Amino acid sequence: MKKAVNVINRCVACGVCAGQCPREAISIYRGCYAVVDIAKCVGCGICEKACPAGSIRVEEVSDENR
Amino acid sequence: MKTGKKKHWYDYLWIWTIVYFALGFFNILFAWLGLIDFVLPLIFAIAGGNKWFCNHMCGRGQLFWVLGRNLKCSRRKKAPAWISSKWFRYGFLTFFMTMFGTMIFQTYLVFSGAETLRKAIKLFWTFKVPWKWAYNGSILPDWVAQFGFGFYSLMLTSTLIGLIVMALYKERTWCSFCPMGTMTQGICQIKAKKGNK
Repeated sequence: MKKAVNVINRCVACGVCAGQCPREAISIYRGCYAVVDIAKCVGCGICEKACPAGSIRVEEVSDENR
Repeated sequence: MKTGKKKHWYDYLWIWTIVYFALGFFNILFAWLGLIDFVLPLIFAIAGGNKWFCNHMCGRGQLFWVLGRNLKCSRRKKAPAWISSKWFRYGFLTFFMTMFGTMIFQTYLVFSGAETLRKAIKLFWTFKVPWKWAYNGSILPDWVAQFGFGFYSLMLTSTLIGLIVMALYKERTWCSFCPMGTMTQGICQIKAKKGNK
């Protein structure tokens, strides 16, 4: 199943992804980086298209990681 | 800008960015209002340990979104990775702060009487543009207007850089190397580390 995955050391915590997510699955952790709630994420890729830093991507996530 | 979500008053702050530049065009003393955009993100980061300003209230970022996404002025291409790399972000922050310091020094020179007021703005820290119509004297001392010209230059230059990267890459590419964003994220990271200890 595809889910959004954020590379935290590239994330600039601008919050564009969180603002765009139709499922409200993304939040900004203490102004440091974006965190994806895997349970809410539907892997639509809207966040990936909006992310200016290219840190968030939609990838295949194994069931163990869900 | 949110998709299909309830709109808040702060989702329209992109209008403030336009109003700010319009006011400064006619009277440079309004440039001082831009300090709100400098102070508020720092208050949020220092007192709250968050980037709520960047995430919800940044009028400039919202303007790039309105122009880039809604008005389709952006190619929406992925920006080169170095633009959001740490060395570039902190390098740009250092450069930006140096230029801010230079502007403060210029204000001091006018304050001390060593230099006279220059009714011009400097774009990209290089090109001088006459801006005489925006100030015809006031009850305030000249250094107040000098700061206005300097600060307006800084705000306009950073917005123009943001518009260029918006057109070339993604809508809010500016956010990935915005000096205020870098600074506030740095503060939040320090606070988060301290909080975890």
